[in-house]
Amino acid sequence: MSLMKRMSLIFRSKANTALDRAEDPRETLDYSYQRQVELLSKVRRGVADVATSRKRVELQINQIQQQADKLQGQAQKAIQVGREDLAREALTRKSGLTSQISDLEAQHAQLQGEEEKLTMAQQRLQAKVESFRTRKETIKATYTAAEAQTRIGEAMSGISEEMGDVGMAVQRAEDKTAQMQARAGAIDELIASGALDDASSMNRGDDIARELDALSSNADVEAELAALKGGGSAPQAIESSPQGGDILQTEPTKQSEGGQA
Amino acid sequence: MIVRILGEGQFDITDACFDSLNVLDDAVEKAVEENDVEAFRPALAALLAGVRAEGVPHAVDALDESDLILPPEDASIDEVRDMLSDDGLIPG
Repeated sequence: MSLMKRMSLIFRSKANTALDRAEDPRETLDYSYQRQVELLSKVRRGVADVATSRKRVELQINQIQQQADKLQGQAQKAIQVGREDLAREALTRKSGLTSQISDLEAQHAQLQGEEEKLTMAQQRLQAKVESFRTRKETIKATYTAAEAQTRIGEAMSGISEEMGDVGMAVQRAEDKTAQMQARAGAIDELIASGALDDASSMNRGDDIARELDALSSNADVEAELAALKGGGSAPQAIESSPQGGDILQTEPTKQSEGGQA
Repeated sequence: MIVRILGEGQFDITDACFDSLNVLDDAVEKAVEENDVEAFRPALAALLAGVRAEGVPHAVDALDESDLILPPEDASIDEVRDMLSDDGLIPG
């Protein structure tokens, strides 16, 4: 027998066992409706849970992206001061973060897919539950217990199939989300512990930044030294000195400058 | 004829397309029976794509039972086997 046929038979037998339970078939209608409403709120919770997970992953992507950007900036700075080794180190760490980001982006896409699927499932179930409620009231008002059997069977089997489907979809979404939440938890811990903040640097602190700071203050010192030595390369501070001793005779110099200009 | 893709909803299929879908269905069934993971995924994808292409979405608020039911696109071969096994979905 074909796959399609077998699966539908399995669903049908499930619907029938639910129907067999009640003594007055009309009671099954209320019982089933109650379960439909329960399932609907379960699906709504499921959608909310998946959305929460999705937002959490979004936040993580942003945090890690910031770190990657920072490392990129450090690499640029390092190149400017001629330290290729530091730039290489920064880019190596950045590539670790980049692969983490693409992993998280894949998770994000999957969660978004689940969220959309569950939202659609919720809408379908909602529409069917509404129809069922109308049909249920009509059946209860119109038929005796004995007459109602067939009508109830028809209404029940359609909605049972939908409930089986939606129930399964919620379960699958929950399973997937649970797996991802475990991984997201691990990443949150990494971020909280500062390991990612230090650019996954094996507890060495943000040594690249420190070294770059040291380099740039070194460069400042060199520039000032050069200025003090009075080398031609030392600019502004000595701008007014071509006339040598004039520095001491302030006012006349200014006048003469004014005259020259 | 109404076909349900689990997780997606119901589709109306004309009898004319049914034969071509049956061929695709046989391929999925064969893959499951032979536990051929390689063949399973494209076979299932092709079958579901066929239903989506040939079918028209069935009214959402209708309480009609499907004639045929298909596994969701992301189902694994093991999941499909579980769905078909006696202690999978059938209670009791």
